[in-house]
Amino acid sequence: MSKTWKVLEPYLLSTPQTLIFLLFLVVPIAMIVMVSFWQFNGYAMVPAFTLDNYIGIFASKVSLATYVNTFKYVALVWFFSLAIAFPVAYFLAFYIKDQNVQIILFLICTVPFWTSNIIRMISWIPVLGKEGLLNQLLLNLHLTQQPVEWFLYSDFAVVLGMVHLYTFFMIAPIFNSLMRIDRALITAASDMGATGFQTLKEVILPLSAPGIAIGSIFVVTLVMGEFITVRLMGGGQSASVGKLISTQIGSLQYPLAAANAVILLVVTLILVMGILQIVDIRKEL
Amino acid sequence: MALQKRPVSFYFLTIFFGLFVLFLYGPMIGIFILSLQGPDGGLTFPVRGFSFYWLGQVFQEQRVGSFVEAFQRSFLLGLVVTVLSIVVSVLAGLAFRKRFLGARFVFYLTISSLIVPSVLVSLGIGIAFQVLGLPTDWFSSGLGAHLTWTAPFAFLIMIGVFNRFNPSYEEAARDLGASENKTFWEVVLPLIAPSLIGVGLLGFTLSYDEFTRTSLVSGQDNTLPLEIFGMTTNVTSPALYALGTLTTVFSFSIIIIAFVAFQFFSRRQQG
Repeated sequence: MSKTWKVLEPYLLSTPQTLIFLLFLVVPIAMIVMVSFWQFNGYAMVPAFTLDNYIGIFASKVSLATYVNTFKYVALVWFFSLAIAFPVAYFLAFYIKDQNVQIILFLICTVPFWTSNIIRMISWIPVLGKEGLLNQLLLNLHLTQQPVEWFLYSDFAVVLGMVHLYTFFMIAPIFNSLMRIDRALITAASDMGATGFQTLKEVILPLSAPGIAIGSIFVVTLVMGEFITVRLMGGGQSASVGKLISTQIGSLQYPLAAANAVILLVVTLILVMGILQIVDIRKEL
Repeated sequence: MALQKRPVSFYFLTIFFGLFVLFLYGPMIGIFILSLQGPDGGLTFPVRGFSFYWLGQVFQEQRVGSFVEAFQRSFLLGLVVTVLSIVVSVLAGLAFRKRFLGARFVFYLTISSLIVPSVLVSLGIGIAFQVLGLPTDWFSSGLGAHLTWTAPFAFLIMIGVFNRFNPSYEEAARDLGASENKTFWEVVLPLIAPSLIGVGLLGFTLSYDEFTRTSLVSGQDNTLPLEIFGMTTNVTSPALYALGTLTTVFSFSIIIIAFVAFQFFSRRQQG
């Protein structure tokens, strides 16, 4: 075995993976940036420099409102998925002592992640619809005289759908960081007189911060670019940047869609950087 | 210490967990039940009759479009994506066992593929193909889009696998005179085989159900999730639920097959 081969080996071995991401990630994003400065003549894109696409976005009240609405989804989905994921992960990590039971319960949380998002969205129709289970229940209990319309095809449904889809991305990293906490620390805390709540707040929460951060990065980036939940569960007025981009592509306005995509990417990266500033996740990787 | 009294919080969290599981599975179980209705069944409860009528309707082309072909495409694409993800991630995993210049770059490049909003990947590949004058197709641009989603997960798993891998087995093989190639095929590969099943399962199911990244680059022929998405707007019968049931049952079977295979390989290793 020659010495040059030894030096070159890791490069050759990692080449296929690097090539995949250069070809299907880096080049495409570079193309988006390029096309975002191109003109649109009404039916096709023209390679001529212009800033009109960006100016148009920042000048339009509709597109700014769309961004605000997207942030609203991000904030709500982040909050609810964390509020659900932390107790679930905490329960699995600290209250289930039997390792086999722990694995099975974790798998139960995981399996839906392996099935179709679209089917999972569709399956809310018989629950939330005008004649759905929830409305039937409310009518039978005489809590409402008329079926509630805003359960489905509304912002409520969009947030519910996204929480349903993405909470798993929060559970897995939080569970992972909770499992790494040295159990002796908790015993020590309680020996020194800390109540359960104090231990949670002073010991467990800080140590699970990296997991929360990784989960938050996943949820934020998934929701930022979301459009299928908004399409399937949202009403006519439900808007998100992802849906806007897909609509613009539908009408072949590639330069405008590209400009929105660039802004979306920049905003997403700023949010991710922000999370990384607060919490150091390197230990987890 | 043997019989510790369970705190109130245990019962509270158990109920919370139960409700979460209901939230996860309840709606899906709902459409399974609704897809088994009689021919005059509707989109909502109560259930009207019991039959396999709607499951059969899925295969009637005029009713729900070309579901079978879309399934074949997604299945084939899933297999190709699985094989490529496994091969590429094992190679990269092997590379990452040594320090090399640029390792950080490859690592962050891979991770960034998960962080970039999916719609951008789809739009970017679509634009790139258009600018280059290439036609988009599920087996070219679609394949690339899927790899940007499955390869990072596969890579992260392989990094974890090799971190826990005991190098003394390889050293023993080499000491006994095995070549580098032979050591890989006869020692390293059998040891990581169970993990490869996990990588494959994840790769296949992620690809089989992928929607956003494929949505703009599948070309003329839809993959199954795209076909289903199209149906949501024009199919207003339980046939839609029936299709959902069938594809979910398929996903579950894959998970079970992979799980059994995993058990089999792990056991063979211990025996």
